[in-house]
Amino acid sequence: MSAGRWSAGVIPYAEMGYWRPDYVPRDSDVLAAFRITPQPGVPPEEAGAAVAGESSTATWTVVWTDRLTSYENYQAKCYRVEPVPGQDGQFIAYIAYDLDLFEEGSIANLTSSIIGNVFGFKALRALRLEDMRIPAHYVKTFQGPAHGIVMEREYLGKFGRPLLGATVKPKLGLSARNYGRVVYEALRGGLDFTKDDENINSQPFMRWRDRFLYCMEGVQRAQAASGEIKGHYLNVTAATMEDMYERAEFAKELGSVIVMIDLTVGYTAIQSMAKWARRNGVLLHLHRAGHSTYTRQKSHGVSFRVIAKWMRLAGVDHIHAGTVVGKLEGDPNTVAGFYDTLRLDRIPADPVKGLYFDQEWASLPGTMPVASGGIHAGQMHQLLHYLDEDVILQFGGGTIGHPMGIAAGAAANRVALEAMIKARNEGRDFLAEGPDILRSAAKHSRELDVALSTWGDVTFSYESTDTPDVVETPVFSPTP
Amino acid sequence: MTGRPGFGMRPAENGSPAPDPAAGEPLAPLPPDARVDLARERSDAQADEVLDALDADLVGLAPVKTRIREIAALLLVDRVRARFGIDSGRPNLHMCFTGSPGTGKTTVAVRLAELLHRLGYVRKGHLVSVTRDDLVGQYVGHTAPKTKEVLKRAMGGVLFIDEAYYLYRAENERDYGQEAIEILLQVMENQRDDLVVVLAGYKDRMDSFFASNPGMSSRIAHHIDFPDYEPDELEAIGRLMMRDEGYTLAPETEPVFRAYLDRRRARPRFANARSVRNAIERARLRHASRLVAESGEVDRAALTTLLPDDFLASRVFS
Amino acid sequence: MRITQGTFSFLPELTDDEIAKQAAYALDRGWPCSVEFTDDPHPRNSYWEMWGLPMFDLTDPAGVLYEVKECRKAYPDHYIRLNAYDARYGRQTTALQFIVQRPRREPGFRLDREETSDRRVRYTLHAYALDRPEGERYGDAP
Repeated sequence: MSAGRWSAGVIPYAEMGYWRPDYVPRDSDVLAAFRITPQPGVPPEEAGAAVAGESSTATWTVVWTDRLTSYENYQAKCYRVEPVPGQDGQFIAYIAYDLDLFEEGSIANLTSSIIGNVFGFKALRALRLEDMRIPAHYVKTFQGPAHGIVMEREYLGKFGRPLLGATVKPKLGLSARNYGRVVYEALRGGLDFTKDDENINSQPFMRWRDRFLYCMEGVQRAQAASGEIKGHYLNVTAATMEDMYERAEFAKELGSVIVMIDLTVGYTAIQSMAKWARRNGVLLHLHRAGHSTYTRQKSHGVSFRVIAKWMRLAGVDHIHAGTVVGKLEGDPNTVAGFYDTLRLDRIPADPVKGLYFDQEWASLPGTMPVASGGIHAGQMHQLLHYLDEDVILQFGGGTIGHPMGIAAGAAANRVALEAMIKARNEGRDFLAEGPDILRSAAKHSRELDVALSTWGDVTFSYESTDTPDVVETPVFSPTP
Repeated sequence: MTGRPGFGMRPAENGSPAPDPAAGEPLAPLPPDARVDLARERSDAQADEVLDALDADLVGLAPVKTRIREIAALLLVDRVRARFGIDSGRPNLHMCFTGSPGTGKTTVAVRLAELLHRLGYVRKGHLVSVTRDDLVGQYVGHTAPKTKEVLKRAMGGVLFIDEAYYLYRAENERDYGQEAIEILLQVMENQRDDLVVVLAGYKDRMDSFFASNPGMSSRIAHHIDFPDYEPDELEAIGRLMMRDEGYTLAPETEPVFRAYLDRRRARPRFANARSVRNAIERARLRHASRLVAESGEVDRAALTTLLPDDFLASRVFS
Repeated sequence: MRITQGTFSFLPELTDDEIAKQAAYALDRGWPCSVEFTDDPHPRNSYWEMWGLPMFDLTDPAGVLYEVKECRKAYPDHYIRLNAYDARYGRQTTALQFIVQRPRREPGFRLDREETSDRRVRYTLHAYALDRPEGERYGDAP
């Protein structure tokens, strides 16, 4: 360390100890991979060091009060900077944070540190948090999913296939009584879940309490009609924590197996609801409302794989994570990375999936990913291929828009799903033979037949913006 | 399953089963005037590899090998007949292997299972080898589940019951063995598609077992006798074993080894190939002790060559 | 009424060959299969009666189908389901579960409502089958 470290004035971050190319990350360090785009003339090492500094101890000038601390522990260390091939002016900066920097079990504290001030820092034109390695030591301070994939399946008694859901449409304007009708029809027809949309809270056309009463009548009727457990994600998102608890308590009293919140309620509210959900035996569904404002652009913001990690720590049982084939953003490999992050226990770094670090979840339960938005029964083979079995497939328009009615739309989806699972288990190449498998299943199901002729050809083929740099981006394993 | 990445909770390591030569699409029926190349059918089924391995690994046993080849030919021809739509019914392949210990019954059964699998007669081709204790229980209600458990494990392959006559105890009519026999008979009759049963043991005892269990006798289509080995066959077996383990006989050891085998055959509890194996194991011990006792430098030849003393120290020479 | 529990309830009843194929899929993955039966199909009845222990160490589905058939013989008018269990670390739960026999007539469920205060309703799912004692719930018994 240079002797001038403590002279008053402005010193480059790199010289203040935030650039440490010799540093070997410890197993207990929190690691972050940032995509940085420095202003012209700023060397990438200095930019990486600045990110490390601004996301940990530093301020813009030297402060003598540093000398009252064992500051080296608290300094984040940028230990590696690599150019992104094919992306001029972009670099990946790897930064290690000592575990001491963070409060146990607090997403709010973790995020205030890592993405607190630093994203507005002037020396960078753009900054994106690509991935984080949460050490098992820190993982173990979080509750994690209130139930997790295994418990959810046992609770619902549903095994060996993806679950099916649908969002009630139209999004806005239905009265509570009409709304409950859609719930009943869709569940009776064969879906496992129906869902409030993210912006269905408690508006003048339908107050929350009325919605809950009618929806639960629909759920109970559908259970009696099918002998299966059914659920409706009752959205308890509200202005205050007190309101959310009140609504969740009411949902529980009515016998709902699941409640729902929006990502917009904030990390602390999500963690509070996760604790409530575990305490009360109610599944917790999270809609990622608003995430695209900061996850979608490749050069600035936070990757959704990081949000997925935070939400698994925070403790939600379900989270929307992309469809690959539907109407919303989602490159297949990137989405595979999200799904792995949510479902697996031990995930190796994989450049193809955009995973920069190995991640060890230390038996934290898995979060069930939800695929929703512009998907229909005719894509069942692709959905199963890309998303596999532990996923909730949500066909909103694809259920409610069926020409023969909502229950028929639900039945079409369920027949298509079961036929595809059966074919897969029989060893057929279901991706290639998918359309044939669906057509022959439709011989026994007029509902599926009509669904296929209505939507069979609908696809959404636009290029994704959030793609991995694939092999060009180096992947770094913290343990050499 | 093809082309699925290891994505999601379903692991790649047990995701796709190994390719199965006997599986595959059923072939299209042939027109009556079609012609089929039998040699090609044979090589497609990869049955010759198993038959050749049987020849190479097992000395002697000419009648056994002939019978196995006949069965292979039958199954091959049946397969071709079926493609012309000629239904000959599924042949009964339950068997009885009789012979002294160490005459190769288990080894042949393993090869047989593999062969039947390649020719499409059984689905998996594994061998489940059991004795009375695996089938018969200790108390009322214990036997049926035990026997069924074994049968279910063997389905898709071959069930090998060694010393099968112990299932039947003439002196005790309430013996639970009888229950096991009845369940066996039922499955042998009704689930011929699912497994092949091979009973094995001494010839005289098997004969009296069949005499008391005519039902069993009538369901066994093939009785194959495994003769005791002749002295020169035993010697060939010994050489095969030594070759596999990296030993040779010094020229002066050869007559000693032959003399050893002659004497051993005449003694009680002679168990053919198994006795040869044991003799070689003991010779290895003596060879090693000798080298260590001499505690000089050794070369490759010393490490691999068995000398007369390594056999002469045996009790058969005393 | 048709109870739609299990993985394949929306398809035509599986033939024995099709059941064997599903069992083969499970066995290839190292999942032991087990057979269960009940005359109380309430969705919260987690514990159907076990038809013997789970079948460990099988390699071929014929053994699984054998027990399915034995169970059908013993309980010709009960619900019977086939389970495959995944004991892998981190999983340790049922991996596949489907119905392989139904009673000739499925009486279904009634929804009992108890109206309480503030428009709230307490619901109870009542299986019509349970109106008769155990063992007489299906078929021609009085």
